[in-house]
Amino acid sequence: MYTDKVMDHFTNPRNVGSIDDANGVGEVGNASCGDIMKIYLKVEDNIIKDVKFKTFGCGAAIATSSMVTEMAIGKTIEEALELSNQAVAEALDGLPAKKMHCSNLAADALHEAIKNYKEANG
Amino acid sequence: MKQIYLDYNATTPVRPEVLEAMLPFYKEQFGNPSSVHWAGRAVAGAIEKAREQVAALLNASPAEIVFVSCGSEGDNMAIKGTLEALKGKGNHIITTAVEHPAVLETCQYLEKNGYDVTYLPVDCDGRLNLEDLEAAITDQTVLISVMWANNETGNIYRIEEIGAIAKKHNIRFHTDAVQAVGKLPIDVQKANVDLLVLSGHKIGAPKGVGAIYVRRGSRMVPLLHGGHQERNRRAGTQNVAGIVGLGVACEIAAAEREEVYQRMRTLRDKLEDGLLAQIPEIKLNGTPDRDHRLPNTLNVSFAYIEGESLLMNMDMHGIAASSGSACSSGSLEPSHVMGAMCVEITLAHSSTRFSLGPETTEEEIDTVLEVLPAAVQRLRDMSPLYNCGKSSSEACLICETVRRI
Repeated sequence: MYTDKVMDHFTNPRNVGSIDDANGVGEVGNASCGDIMKIYLKVEDNIIKDVKFKTFGCGAAIATSSMVTEMAIGKTIEEALELSNQAVAEALDGLPAKKMHCSNLAADALHEAIKNYKEANG
Repeated sequence: MKQIYLDYNATTPVRPEVLEAMLPFYKEQFGNPSSVHWAGRAVAGAIEKAREQVAALLNASPAEIVFVSCGSEGDNMAIKGTLEALKGKGNHIITTAVEHPAVLETCQYLEKNGYDVTYLPVDCDGRLNLEDLEAAITDQTVLISVMWANNETGNIYRIEEIGAIAKKHNIRFHTDAVQAVGKLPIDVQKANVDLLVLSGHKIGAPKGVGAIYVRRGSRMVPLLHGGHQERNRRAGTQNVAGIVGLGVACEIAAAEREEVYQRMRTLRDKLEDGLLAQIPEIKLNGTPDRDHRLPNTLNVSFAYIEGESLLMNMDMHGIAASSGSACSSGSLEPSHVMGAMCVEITLAHSSTRFSLGPETTEEEIDTVLEVLPAAVQRLRDMSPLYNCGKSSSEACLICETVRRI
Protein backbone atom coordinates (compact mmCIF):
# COMPACT_ATOMS: atom_id res chain seq x y z
CA MET A 1 0.00 0.00 0.00
CA TYR A 2 2.98 2.33 0.47
CA THR A 3 5.30 3.44 -2.33
CA ASP A 4 8.98 2.55 -2.33
CA LYS A 5 9.83 6.14 -1.40
CA VAL A 6 7.54 6.03 1.63
CA MET A 7 9.12 2.76 2.70
CA ASP A 8 12.58 4.24 2.18
CA HIS A 9 11.81 7.27 4.35
CA PHE A 10 10.16 5.07 6.96
CA THR A 11 13.06 2.63 7.03
CA ASN A 12 15.79 5.27 6.92
CA PRO A 13 14.21 8.48 8.15
CA ARG A 14 16.27 11.61 7.55
CA ASN A 15 16.90 14.23 10.22
CA VAL A 16 15.35 12.49 13.20
CA GLY A 17 15.86 14.15 16.55
CA SER A 18 15.77 17.60 18.07
CA ILE A 19 17.94 20.72 17.86
CA ASP A 20 19.13 22.01 21.22
CA ASP A 21 19.44 25.63 20.10
CA ALA A 22 16.49 25.60 17.73
CA ASN A 23 15.03 29.02 17.01
CA GLY A 24 11.72 27.69 15.77
CA VAL A 25 9.66 24.75 17.02
CA GLY A 26 6.29 23.64 15.66
CA GLU A 27 3.92 20.92 16.66
CA VAL A 28 0.74 19.64 15.03
CA GLY A 29 -1.64 16.73 15.41
CA ASN A 30 -3.09 15.26 18.54
CA ALA A 31 -3.08 12.05 20.49
CA SER A 32 -6.64 11.09 19.71
CA CYS A 33 -6.07 10.87 15.97
CA GLY A 34 -2.81 9.04 16.54
CA ASP A 35 -0.41 11.46 14.86
CA ILE A 36 1.78 14.07 16.53
CA MET A 37 4.60 15.80 14.64
CA LYS A 38 7.17 18.13 16.05
CA ILE A 39 9.61 20.08 13.87
CA TYR A 40 12.73 21.91 15.09
CA LEU A 41 14.34 24.63 12.97
CA LYS A 42 17.66 26.39 12.95
CA VAL A 43 17.24 29.51 10.85
CA GLU A 44 20.16 31.76 9.95
CA ASP A 45 19.96 34.79 7.65
CA ASN A 46 16.42 33.85 6.69
CA ILE A 47 17.62 30.46 5.47
CA ILE A 48 16.73 27.11 7.05
CA LYS A 49 20.14 25.70 7.95
CA ASP A 50 18.94 22.68 9.85
CA VAL A 51 15.66 20.84 10.45
CA LYS A 52 14.93 17.90 12.72
CA PHE A 53 11.72 16.07 13.50
CA LYS A 54 10.11 13.81 16.03
CA THR A 55 6.93 12.01 15.17
CA PHE A 56 4.43 9.79 16.94
CA GLY A 57 2.37 8.17 14.25
CA CYS A 58 1.98 5.65 11.51
CA GLY A 59 4.37 4.89 8.67
CA ALA A 60 2.98 7.70 6.53
CA ALA A 61 3.38 10.20 9.35
CA ILE A 62 7.04 9.26 9.83
CA ALA A 63 7.78 9.24 6.09
CA THR A 64 6.16 12.64 5.45
CA SER A 65 8.04 14.13 8.42
CA SER A 66 11.31 12.81 7.07
CA MET A 67 10.53 14.08 3.56
CA VAL A 68 9.57 17.58 4.67
CA THR A 69 12.86 18.00 6.50
CA GLU A 70 14.74 17.08 3.33
CA MET A 71 12.68 19.46 1.28
CA ALA A 72 13.02 22.36 3.72
CA ILE A 73 16.76 22.38 4.32
CA GLY A 74 18.46 25.22 2.43
CA LYS A 75 15.22 26.99 1.60
CA THR A 76 14.41 30.55 2.60
CA ILE A 77 11.59 31.06 5.04
CA GLU A 78 9.38 32.30 2.20
CA GLU A 79 10.17 29.27 0.04
CA ALA A 80 9.51 26.90 2.93
CA LEU A 81 6.14 28.49 3.54
CA GLU A 82 5.23 27.58 -0.04
CA LEU A 83 5.69 23.86 0.69
CA SER A 84 2.34 22.15 1.00
CA ASN A 85 1.23 18.82 2.43
CA GLN A 86 0.26 17.90 -1.12
CA ALA A 87 3.79 18.59 -2.36
CA VAL A 88 5.24 16.41 0.39
CA ALA A 89 2.91 13.56 -0.54
CA GLU A 90 3.81 13.98 -4.22
CA ALA A 91 7.53 13.90 -3.42
CA LEU A 92 6.87 10.49 -1.84
CA ASP A 93 5.14 9.35 -5.05
CA GLY A 94 1.80 9.57 -3.29
CA LEU A 95 0.13 8.27 -0.15
CA PRO A 96 -2.83 5.91 0.24
CA ALA A 97 -6.08 7.89 0.05
CA LYS A 98 -7.04 7.27 3.68
CA LYS A 99 -3.71 8.68 4.84
CA MET A 100 -4.03 11.96 2.97
CA HIS A 101 -6.18 13.69 5.57
CA CYS A 102 -4.86 12.23 8.82
CA SER A 103 -1.17 11.53 8.49
CA ASN A 104 -0.17 14.14 5.96
CA LEU A 105 0.58 17.04 8.31
CA ALA A 106 4.32 17.48 7.94
CA ALA A 107 4.17 20.76 6.01
CA ASP A 108 1.75 22.10 8.63
CA ALA A 109 4.29 21.25 11.32
CA LEU A 110 7.01 23.04 9.33
CA HIS A 111 4.79 26.12 8.96
CA GLU A 112 4.08 26.09 12.70
CA ALA A 113 7.80 26.02 13.38
CA ILE A 114 8.35 28.98 11.01
CA LYS A 115 5.53 30.86 12.69
CA ASN A 116 7.18 30.21 16.04
CA TYR A 117 10.50 31.46 14.64
CA LYS A 118 8.92 34.63 13.29
CA GLU A 119 7.16 35.37 16.58
CA ALA A 120 10.39 34.96 18.51
CA ASN A 121 12.58 36.80 16.03
CA GLY A 122 10.24 39.46 14.77
CA MET B 1 14.26 -13.48 5.41
CA LYS B 2 12.16 -15.93 7.37
CA GLN B 3 8.47 -15.09 7.55
CA ILE B 4 6.87 -15.30 10.96
CA TYR B 5 3.10 -15.27 11.01
CA LEU B 6 1.58 -14.23 14.34
CA ASP B 7 -1.82 -13.07 13.15
CA TYR B 8 -3.87 -16.26 13.46
CA ASN B 9 -6.81 -14.38 14.96
CA ALA B 10 -7.07 -12.56 11.62
CA THR B 11 -6.91 -15.70 9.53
CA THR B 12 -5.14 -19.05 9.36
CA PRO B 13 -3.52 -20.97 6.53
CA VAL B 14 -5.63 -23.81 5.13
CA ARG B 15 -4.50 -27.11 6.61
CA PRO B 16 -3.06 -29.49 3.97
CA GLU B 17 -5.53 -32.25 5.01
CA VAL B 18 -8.37 -29.78 4.60
CA LEU B 19 -7.28 -28.72 1.13
CA GLU B 20 -6.79 -32.34 0.12
CA ALA B 21 -10.33 -33.20 1.18
CA MET B 22 -11.72 -30.20 -0.71
CA LEU B 23 -10.07 -30.69 -4.09
CA PRO B 24 -12.37 -33.44 -5.48
CA PHE B 25 -15.30 -31.07 -5.04
CA TYR B 26 -13.76 -28.67 -7.52
CA LYS B 27 -13.22 -31.47 -10.02
CA GLU B 28 -15.12 -34.74 -10.45
CA GLN B 29 -17.59 -34.11 -7.60
CA PHE B 30 -18.93 -30.91 -9.08
CA GLY B 31 -22.65 -31.61 -8.66
CA ASN B 32 -25.25 -29.36 -7.13
CA PRO B 33 -26.19 -30.93 -3.79
CA SER B 34 -29.84 -30.13 -4.45
CA SER B 35 -29.95 -32.26 -7.62
CA VAL B 36 -31.56 -35.70 -7.48
CA HIS B 37 -29.21 -37.35 -9.98
CA TRP B 38 -25.91 -39.11 -9.31
CA ALA B 39 -23.87 -35.91 -9.52
CA GLY B 40 -25.93 -34.25 -6.83
CA ARG B 41 -26.32 -37.26 -4.56
CA ALA B 42 -22.59 -37.77 -4.04
CA VAL B 43 -22.13 -34.16 -3.08
CA ALA B 44 -25.13 -34.01 -0.74
CA GLY B 45 -23.63 -36.86 1.25
CA ALA B 46 -20.41 -34.92 1.68
CA ILE B 47 -22.28 -31.94 3.08
CA GLU B 48 -24.11 -34.10 5.59
CA LYS B 49 -20.82 -35.65 6.69
CA ALA B 50 -19.39 -32.17 7.27
CA ARG B 51 -22.50 -31.25 9.24
CA GLU B 52 -21.85 -34.20 11.54
CA GLN B 53 -18.21 -33.19 11.97
CA VAL B 54 -19.14 -29.62 12.92
CA ALA B 55 -21.91 -30.80 15.26
CA ALA B 56 -19.55 -33.22 17.01
CA LEU B 57 -17.11 -30.43 17.86
CA LEU B 58 -19.89 -28.43 19.54
CA ASN B 59 -21.81 -31.32 21.12
CA ALA B 60 -24.79 -30.44 18.95
CA SER B 61 -26.88 -32.56 16.64
CA PRO B 62 -26.24 -32.26 12.88
CA ALA B 63 -29.72 -30.90 12.19
CA GLU B 64 -28.88 -27.90 14.34
CA ILE B 65 -25.98 -26.82 12.08
CA VAL B 66 -26.57 -24.34 9.24
CA PHE B 67 -23.74 -23.57 6.85
CA VAL B 68 -23.18 -19.91 6.00
CA SER B 69 -20.56 -17.92 4.13
CA CYS B 70 -18.66 -16.39 7.06
CA GLY B 71 -18.84 -15.43 10.70
CA SER B 72 -20.32 -12.04 9.94
CA GLU B 73 -23.19 -13.61 8.05
CA GLY B 74 -23.77 -15.98 10.95
CA ASP B 75 -23.91 -13.14 13.46
CA ASN B 76 -26.24 -11.10 11.27
CA MET B 77 -28.49 -14.08 10.76
CA ALA B 78 -28.56 -15.05 14.43
CA ILE B 79 -29.42 -11.56 15.64
CA LYS B 80 -31.72 -10.23 12.92
CA GLY B 81 -33.35 -13.60 12.31
CA THR B 82 -34.12 -14.12 16.00
CA LEU B 83 -35.51 -10.65 16.55
CA GLU B 84 -37.73 -10.89 13.54
CA ALA B 85 -39.00 -14.30 14.62
CA LEU B 86 -39.72 -12.93 18.11
CA LYS B 87 -41.39 -9.75 16.90
CA GLY B 88 -44.12 -8.77 19.30
CA LYS B 89 -42.45 -10.50 22.25
CA GLY B 90 -40.01 -7.73 22.98
CA ASN B 91 -37.59 -5.28 21.42
CA HIS B 92 -34.59 -5.26 23.75
CA ILE B 93 -31.15 -6.76 23.10
CA ILE B 94 -28.30 -7.01 25.58
CA THR B 95 -24.78 -7.18 24.23
CA THR B 96 -21.34 -5.89 25.22
CA ALA B 97 -19.20 -2.94 24.21
CA VAL B 98 -16.39 -5.23 23.06
CA GLU B 99 -18.18 -7.38 20.48
CA HIS B 100 -16.88 -7.86 16.96
CA PRO B 101 -18.29 -5.28 14.50
CA ALA B 102 -20.43 -8.06 12.99
CA VAL B 103 -22.46 -8.00 16.21
CA LEU B 104 -22.02 -4.35 17.23
CA GLU B 105 -22.96 -2.85 13.89
CA THR B 106 -25.87 -5.26 13.49
CA CYS B 107 -27.16 -4.04 16.85
CA GLN B 108 -26.61 -0.42 15.85
CA TYR B 109 -28.58 -1.05 12.67
CA LEU B 110 -31.41 -2.55 14.71
CA GLU B 111 -31.35 0.44 17.07
CA LYS B 112 -32.08 2.68 14.08
CA ASN B 113 -35.02 0.43 13.33
CA GLY B 114 -36.74 0.75 16.66
CA TYR B 115 -34.96 -1.78 18.88
CA ASP B 116 -33.38 -0.94 22.22
CA VAL B 117 -29.87 -2.17 22.80
CA THR B 118 -27.88 -2.29 26.04
CA TYR B 119 -24.12 -2.32 25.47
CA LEU B 120 -22.66 -3.68 28.69
CA PRO B 121 -19.44 -1.97 29.75
CA VAL B 122 -16.30 -3.91 30.68
CA ASP B 123 -13.69 -3.12 33.32
CA CYS B 124 -10.16 -1.93 32.54
CA ASP B 125 -9.06 -5.54 31.97
CA GLY B 126 -11.97 -6.11 29.60
CA ARG B 127 -14.01 -8.23 32.01
CA LEU B 128 -17.76 -8.27 32.12
CA ASN B 129 -19.75 -7.98 35.35
CA LEU B 130 -22.55 -10.55 35.19
CA GLU B 131 -24.55 -8.64 37.81
CA ASP B 132 -24.69 -5.78 35.31
CA LEU B 133 -25.95 -8.23 32.73
CA GLU B 134 -28.71 -9.60 34.90
CA ALA B 135 -29.67 -6.10 36.02
CA ALA B 136 -30.04 -5.01 32.39
CA ILE B 137 -32.73 -7.60 31.69
CA THR B 138 -36.22 -6.17 31.25
CA ASP B 139 -39.53 -7.76 30.29
CA GLN B 140 -38.74 -6.60 26.76
CA THR B 141 -35.40 -8.44 26.52
CA VAL B 142 -35.49 -11.12 23.85
CA LEU B 143 -31.82 -11.68 23.04
CA ILE B 144 -28.49 -11.69 24.83
CA SER B 145 -25.41 -11.67 22.60
CA VAL B 146 -22.00 -12.11 24.22
CA MET B 147 -18.89 -13.31 22.43
CA TRP B 148 -17.21 -16.48 23.73
CA ALA B 149 -13.76 -14.91 23.44
CA ASN B 150 -12.58 -11.51 22.32
CA ASN B 151 -10.61 -11.29 19.09
CA GLU B 152 -8.34 -8.45 20.23
CA THR B 153 -7.51 -9.29 23.84
CA GLY B 154 -8.30 -12.99 23.88
CA ASN B 155 -10.45 -12.51 26.99
CA ILE B 156 -12.79 -15.44 27.54
CA TYR B 157 -16.27 -14.61 28.77
CA ARG B 158 -18.21 -16.69 31.28
CA ILE B 159 -20.49 -18.24 28.70
CA GLU B 160 -21.84 -21.02 30.91
CA GLU B 161 -22.91 -18.56 33.58
CA ILE B 162 -24.42 -16.22 31.00
CA GLY B 163 -26.22 -19.17 29.45
CA ALA B 164 -27.68 -20.03 32.85
CA ILE B 165 -28.88 -16.45 33.33
CA ALA B 166 -30.46 -16.41 29.88
CA LYS B 167 -32.18 -19.71 30.53
CA LYS B 168 -33.47 -18.56 33.91
CA HIS B 169 -35.10 -15.54 32.28
CA ASN B 170 -36.17 -17.45 29.19
CA ILE B 171 -34.14 -15.21 26.88
CA ARG B 172 -32.49 -16.39 23.66
CA PHE B 173 -28.68 -16.49 23.96
CA HIS B 174 -26.33 -15.95 21.00
CA THR B 175 -22.56 -16.19 21.16
CA ASP B 176 -20.02 -15.22 18.53
CA ALA B 177 -17.57 -18.08 19.08
CA VAL B 178 -15.42 -17.34 16.04
CA GLN B 179 -12.24 -16.99 18.13
CA ALA B 180 -13.08 -19.68 20.67
CA VAL B 181 -13.83 -22.62 18.40
CA GLY B 182 -10.79 -24.79 17.92
CA LYS B 183 -8.99 -23.20 20.87
CA LEU B 184 -11.36 -23.94 23.75
CA PRO B 185 -13.72 -26.80 24.60
CA ILE B 186 -17.16 -25.88 23.30
CA ASP B 187 -20.29 -27.61 24.54
CA VAL B 188 -23.50 -25.89 23.54
CA GLN B 189 -25.54 -28.07 25.91
CA LYS B 190 -23.44 -27.33 28.95
CA ALA B 191 -23.31 -23.64 28.09
CA ASN B 192 -27.03 -23.29 27.38
CA VAL B 193 -26.27 -21.51 24.15
CA ASP B 194 -29.12 -21.16 21.65
CA LEU B 195 -27.15 -19.72 18.77
CA LEU B 196 -23.42 -20.05 18.16
CA VAL B 197 -21.41 -18.77 15.23
CA LEU B 198 -18.08 -20.08 13.95
CA SER B 199 -15.90 -19.27 10.98
CA GLY B 200 -13.89 -21.65 8.82
CA HIS B 201 -10.84 -19.55 8.08
CA LYS B 202 -9.99 -19.09 11.74
CA ILE B 203 -9.51 -22.84 12.18
CA GLY B 204 -7.60 -23.98 9.11
CA ALA B 205 -10.51 -24.13 6.66
CA PRO B 206 -10.72 -21.66 3.78
CA LYS B 207 -12.31 -18.22 3.73
CA GLY B 208 -15.91 -18.11 2.58
CA VAL B 209 -17.44 -20.69 4.87
CA GLY B 210 -18.82 -20.67 8.38
CA ALA B 211 -21.57 -22.25 10.39
CA ILE B 212 -24.22 -21.36 12.86
CA TYR B 213 -25.58 -23.65 15.53
CA VAL B 214 -29.30 -23.10 16.02
CA ARG B 215 -30.77 -24.93 18.99
CA ARG B 216 -33.69 -27.10 18.00
CA GLY B 217 -36.89 -25.15 18.47
CA SER B 218 -35.26 -21.73 18.20
CA ARG B 219 -37.29 -20.00 15.56
CA MET B 220 -35.38 -17.81 13.18
CA VAL B 221 -36.33 -15.88 10.07
CA PRO B 222 -33.79 -16.49 7.29
CA LEU B 223 -31.55 -13.70 6.10
CA LEU B 224 -31.44 -15.03 2.54
CA HIS B 225 -34.57 -16.14 0.72
CA GLY B 226 -34.75 -18.05 -2.52
CA GLY B 227 -34.19 -21.73 -1.93
CA HIS B 228 -34.89 -24.66 0.32
CA GLN B 229 -31.24 -25.30 1.17
CA GLU B 230 -30.16 -25.86 4.75
CA ARG B 231 -33.72 -26.86 5.69
CA ASN B 232 -35.09 -23.54 4.50
CA ARG B 233 -32.85 -21.67 6.90
CA ARG B 234 -30.33 -20.32 4.39
CA ALA B 235 -31.06 -20.07 0.69
CA GLY B 236 -28.30 -20.40 -1.89
CA THR B 237 -26.37 -23.27 -3.42
CA GLN B 238 -23.95 -24.48 -0.80
CA ASN B 239 -20.22 -23.81 -0.99
CA VAL B 240 -19.62 -27.56 -1.16
CA ALA B 241 -15.82 -27.61 -1.14
CA GLY B 242 -15.68 -25.00 1.63
CA ILE B 243 -18.20 -26.92 3.73
CA VAL B 244 -16.24 -30.16 3.28
CA GLY B 245 -13.10 -28.27 4.34
CA LEU B 246 -14.85 -26.85 7.40
CA GLY B 247 -15.95 -30.34 8.41
CA VAL B 248 -12.42 -31.70 8.21
CA ALA B 249 -11.03 -28.68 10.08
CA CYS B 250 -13.55 -29.29 12.88
CA GLU B 251 -12.61 -32.94 13.06
CA ILE B 252 -8.93 -32.03 13.33
CA ALA B 253 -9.74 -29.42 15.97
CA ALA B 254 -11.64 -31.98 18.04
CA ALA B 255 -8.72 -34.39 17.89
CA GLU B 256 -5.88 -31.93 18.47
CA ARG B 257 -7.38 -29.14 20.54
CA GLU B 258 -6.01 -30.10 23.95
CA GLU B 259 -2.50 -30.70 22.69
CA VAL B 260 -2.53 -27.52 20.59
CA TYR B 261 -3.84 -25.51 23.56
CA GLN B 262 -0.86 -26.54 25.66
CA ARG B 263 1.64 -25.88 22.90
CA MET B 264 0.30 -22.44 22.02
CA ARG B 265 -0.14 -21.54 25.67
CA THR B 266 3.49 -22.37 26.50
CA LEU B 267 4.79 -20.28 23.61
CA ARG B 268 2.38 -17.38 24.25
CA ASP B 269 3.39 -17.32 27.91
CA LYS B 270 7.03 -17.25 26.89
CA LEU B 271 6.36 -14.33 24.56
CA GLU B 272 4.33 -12.51 27.20
CA ASP B 273 6.88 -13.01 29.97
CA GLY B 274 9.74 -12.08 27.66
CA LEU B 275 8.20 -8.87 26.36
CA LEU B 276 7.01 -7.71 29.77
CA ALA B 277 10.47 -8.35 31.23
CA GLN B 278 12.51 -6.82 28.42
CA ILE B 279 10.58 -3.74 27.42
CA PRO B 280 9.93 -0.97 29.93
CA GLU B 281 6.63 0.91 29.94
CA ILE B 282 4.62 -1.82 28.30
CA LYS B 283 0.98 -2.51 29.16
CA LEU B 284 -0.87 -5.80 28.90
CA ASN B 285 -4.34 -5.34 27.40
CA GLY B 286 -6.79 -7.93 28.65
CA THR B 287 -7.13 -9.93 31.79
CA PRO B 288 -3.85 -10.80 33.53
CA ASP B 289 -5.43 -14.16 34.45
CA ARG B 290 -4.09 -16.31 31.65
CA ASP B 291 -6.62 -19.08 32.26
CA HIS B 292 -9.28 -16.61 31.20
CA ARG B 293 -7.55 -15.59 28.03
CA LEU B 294 -7.26 -17.54 24.78
CA PRO B 295 -4.06 -19.60 24.86
CA ASN B 296 -2.76 -18.00 21.66
CA THR B 297 -3.43 -14.29 22.15
CA LEU B 298 -1.27 -11.53 23.56
CA ASN B 299 -2.22 -7.86 23.29
CA VAL B 300 0.20 -5.23 24.55
CA SER B 301 0.71 -1.49 24.21
CA PHE B 302 4.09 0.17 24.13
CA ALA B 303 4.04 3.68 25.53
CA TYR B 304 5.00 6.60 23.22
CA ILE B 305 4.73 4.76 19.91
CA GLU B 306 1.99 4.11 17.41
CA GLY B 307 0.88 0.65 16.38
CA GLU B 308 0.97 0.77 12.61
CA SER B 309 4.54 2.05 12.55
CA LEU B 310 5.50 -0.81 14.87
CA LEU B 311 3.76 -3.31 12.57
CA MET B 312 5.74 -1.90 9.64
CA ASN B 313 8.91 -2.13 11.66
CA MET B 314 8.19 -5.76 12.53
CA ASP B 315 7.26 -6.44 8.92
CA MET B 316 10.78 -5.33 7.95
CA HIS B 317 11.90 -8.36 9.98
CA GLY B 318 9.29 -10.66 8.45
CA ILE B 319 7.02 -10.62 11.51
CA ALA B 320 3.28 -10.30 10.87
CA ALA B 321 1.07 -9.14 13.76
CA SER B 322 -1.83 -6.70 14.02
CA SER B 323 -2.73 -3.47 15.75
CA GLY B 324 -5.70 -1.64 17.18
CA SER B 325 -4.41 1.72 15.97
CA ALA B 326 -6.69 3.90 13.87
CA CYS B 327 -4.32 3.60 10.94
CA SER B 328 -4.48 -0.16 10.82
CA SER B 329 -8.20 -0.34 11.38
CA GLY B 330 -8.81 2.08 8.52
CA SER B 331 -10.78 4.52 10.65
CA LEU B 332 -9.88 7.64 12.59
CA GLU B 333 -10.58 6.03 15.94
CA PRO B 334 -8.46 3.40 17.59
CA SER B 335 -10.01 0.05 18.49
CA HIS B 336 -13.41 0.21 20.21
CA VAL B 337 -12.28 -2.65 22.42
CA MET B 338 -9.40 -0.57 23.81
CA GLY B 339 -11.81 2.34 24.19
CA ALA B 340 -14.26 0.21 26.18
CA MET B 341 -11.40 -0.87 28.46
CA CYS B 342 -10.52 2.79 29.17
CA VAL B 343 -7.08 2.32 27.66
CA GLU B 344 -5.48 5.76 27.42
CA ILE B 345 -5.71 7.04 23.84
CA THR B 346 -2.05 6.90 22.79
CA LEU B 347 -1.77 3.43 24.32
CA ALA B 348 -4.86 2.39 22.37
CA HIS B 349 -3.17 3.58 19.18
CA SER B 350 -0.18 1.49 20.18
CA SER B 351 -2.03 -1.73 21.00
CA THR B 352 -0.39 -4.65 19.23
CA ARG B 353 -1.82 -8.14 18.99
CA PHE B 354 0.24 -11.27 18.60
CA SER B 355 -1.89 -14.33 17.89
CA LEU B 356 -0.19 -17.69 17.62
CA GLY B 357 -1.31 -20.80 15.79
CA PRO B 358 -0.72 -24.53 15.84
CA GLU B 359 2.18 -24.02 13.43
CA THR B 360 4.00 -21.44 15.57
CA THR B 361 7.46 -22.55 16.70
CA GLU B 362 9.63 -21.66 19.65
CA GLU B 363 12.28 -20.39 17.27
CA GLU B 364 9.80 -17.88 15.89
CA ILE B 365 8.95 -16.62 19.37
CA ASP B 366 12.66 -16.29 20.13
CA THR B 367 13.10 -14.18 17.01
CA VAL B 368 10.27 -11.86 18.06
CA LEU B 369 11.80 -11.49 21.51
CA GLU B 370 15.09 -10.62 19.86
CA VAL B 371 13.71 -8.11 17.35
CA LEU B 372 11.02 -6.31 19.28
CA PRO B 373 12.93 -4.44 22.01
CA ALA B 374 15.10 -2.70 19.40
CA ALA B 375 12.12 -2.01 17.12
CA VAL B 376 10.22 -0.38 19.98
CA GLN B 377 13.26 1.63 21.00
CA ARG B 378 13.84 2.81 17.44
CA LEU B 379 10.34 4.26 17.29
CA ARG B 380 10.55 5.68 20.79
CA ASP B 381 13.69 7.55 19.82
CA MET B 382 11.67 9.13 17.03
CA SER B 383 8.68 9.95 19.20
CA PRO B 384 8.04 13.44 20.59
CA LEU B 385 6.27 11.80 23.53
CA TYR B 386 9.30 9.82 24.65
CA ASN B 387 11.45 11.48 27.29
CA CYS B 388 9.20 14.44 26.80
CA GLY B 389 9.80 17.20 29.30
CA LYS B 390 12.99 15.60 30.57
CA SER B 391 15.08 17.99 28.52
CA SER B 392 14.74 21.50 29.90
CA SER B 393 14.90 23.18 26.50
CA GLU B 394 11.64 21.59 25.46
CA ALA B 395 8.40 23.17 26.39
CA CYS B 396 5.97 20.36 26.05
CA LEU B 397 2.23 20.46 26.25
CA ILE B 398 1.47 17.08 24.80
CA CYS B 399 3.16 15.09 27.48
CA GLU B 400 0.79 16.57 30.02
CA THR B 401 -2.04 14.88 28.20
CA VAL B 402 -0.28 11.56 28.03
CA ARG B 403 -0.70 9.52 31.12
CA ARG B 404 2.26 7.35 31.98
CA ILE B 405 1.70 3.63 32.47
